[in-house]
Amino acid sequence: MVGTSLGQALPMAPPLATSTFSQASGTLLGAIGAVAGFLAILAVIFFVAGRVTGRLQKPLAVIICLVPALFLLLLGLIVPAITTINNSFKNQQFLGELGTKYIGLKNYQFAFTDSYTLQTILRTFLWLIIVPTITVIIGLVAALLLDRMRRNAVPKTLLFLPTAISFVGASVIWGYVYDYRAPGSPQTGLLSAVVMKLGWHNPPHWLISSPINTFLLMVIMIWIQVGFAMVVLNAALKSIPDEIIESARLEGASGFRLFRTIQVPMIRSTVVVVLTTVMITTLKVFDIVFTVTNGNYNTDVLARQMYADMFVTSQVSRGSALAVILFVIVLPLMFYNIRQLRRERTER
Amino acid sequence: MTTITPPLDPAQDEVLHGKEASRAVRKAFSSPIASAAVILLSVLWTIPTLGLFINSFRSKEDAATTGWWEFFVHPSFSLDTYKQVLTADGGLTLPLVNSLAITIPATIIPIFIASMAAYALAWMRFRGSDAIFFTIFALQVVPLQMALVPLQQYYVKGLQVFGVTIIPSPHVNGTLAQIWISHTMFSLPLAVFLLHNFVAQIPESLIEAARVDGAPHLRIFRSIVLPLSMPAIASFAIFQFLWVWNDLLVAKTFGSSDPAQQPVTARLQSLTGSFGAHQELLAPAGFIAIVIPLIVFLALQRYFARGLLAGSVKG
Repeated sequence: MVGTSLGQALPMAPPLATSTFSQASGTLLGAIGAVAGFLAILAVIFFVAGRVTGRLQKPLAVIICLVPALFLLLLGLIVPAITTINNSFKNQQFLGELGTKYIGLKNYQFAFTDSYTLQTILRTFLWLIIVPTITVIIGLVAALLLDRMRRNAVPKTLLFLPTAISFVGASVIWGYVYDYRAPGSPQTGLLSAVVMKLGWHNPPHWLISSPINTFLLMVIMIWIQVGFAMVVLNAALKSIPDEIIESARLEGASGFRLFRTIQVPMIRSTVVVVLTTVMITTLKVFDIVFTVTNGNYNTDVLARQMYADMFVTSQVSRGSALAVILFVIVLPLMFYNIRQLRRERTER
Repeated sequence: MTTITPPLDPAQDEVLHGKEASRAVRKAFSSPIASAAVILLSVLWTIPTLGLFINSFRSKEDAATTGWWEFFVHPSFSLDTYKQVLTADGGLTLPLVNSLAITIPATIIPIFIASMAAYALAWMRFRGSDAIFFTIFALQVVPLQMALVPLQQYYVKGLQVFGVTIIPSPHVNGTLAQIWISHTMFSLPLAVFLLHNFVAQIPESLIEAARVDGAPHLRIFRSIVLPLSMPAIASFAIFQFLWVWNDLLVAKTFGSSDPAQQPVTARLQSLTGSFGAHQELLAPAGFIAIVIPLIVFLALQRYFARGLLAGSVKG
């Protein structure tokens, strides 16, 4: 739809019209002005509060420092989270709809009985199991191999690079891998070209063939996340004292055995943290499915369907129930991570 | 201090046994097979991005009819699609500016709000400060998906309880301010947590000395805490910059649907949805969309890694 607006405007649009330029500079000035305004307000508050001395000085400082953060958190997270939980027990369809009623657990009942939603939930669990596992395995192997390579900066950067690419950008990139052309015509998709070279003459239309399309979407996610896993695990491996590795080597352990008996057990807690972290990210990612298939062809996941319920198909309460389900799945993973993080912090 | 795992601290190896010894161990340990495997893996990881890059500057006809690898046999160059994608009405120039205009405030504002809160919680002890810190810390468990609809409602008509307006709407509907505020809100649990851990480690003697000299709290924050926290602020800033730049969900929910006001991610996403129309623009658009985060990443990789380790639990 947006493509057409671009097309219609093409013939007559002069290159970088002055209006574009003025709009761009206006936008940018607005942003810089906002930052400047924010800093100016801060400076004034600091200046005025600086005049205050005596008993009031400390309480005033506490208020100035804490109130902005607390206010924003209350307004942006605490109240909304409670409202969403509340909404999930109602029958709200549209944003801002009045006269909604409480309907108990009906939205949850719907989520677990409606066959489409149920499939979405099960598919999300599939993502939740497959993506983190494979990501951690590849990341661990890469981390170990990197550890045994001198001058590894370039390959490390290349493996880490996708982490900085947006999910949307990654989806476009992988579009050129999964592109489909009828057999016989020149192929534009790398995957088709490769499998045809290998002798599979009639590959499927990758992105619309279920269930393989779901796995192909997972590959995009794995491609992005491996860099994170590798960097964290590589750092953990480096922290194993050299004496331990050295003495194990003197006792004849090498290669895979060293890896299995010494290195992996010593970084086990980091492996679990990486696993749960990738799980949380995977659970919340909606961009990939949204961009590539928009949930069609049996690829929908919780985060995408929730977004559609809330903002596209006007099922706010059902979407809220899905958000709460997401929250409930994230909760234990998050608690585990935070506890682990705290423990490591207090140990040092 | 802000990492899941202990290392990233080159001094550690030195303390243990000196760089020389460490290097010797690593050297004895390196293997050609491992090196070959790493190189193979990294090449494999780079091929998809390389494909996009090559397709972005091939001629329109070639890119549409043959695979990008044909470039190595029949090279063709054309910057027409780049020109088109940047200059056309509805092209990427304004979205690029918008992304920048979203990212700058959404990175800088949280830094100040969070570091002030972190300082208050770490150094101005008062009744309830621990409880407040723990609450902010625990808010990391709330996925931002839970906040979307109610926050949207707030922007439209303010915060109402039983029909009574408690906090009025800021009347920023449809402007970038809505995205700045949302990103700031969502970043705070992580930012306060990170910066608190750093700020709390500032030597007490420094703060005490300033206090004995009669410096008020706010001046201590400005002249001691803020400058000393720069490493942690840098890590958070880069993490936040990339997070906001690459974000689609917040931009789509709170941003305008007018192409001239969308950030790059949202614009790119609509281009992919335009079914066949202007497919030739997708490769250059994709490359333009990812090039700025890639530059930031390559230039500041070390800080980014640190921010990523710490920010891996961001909601």
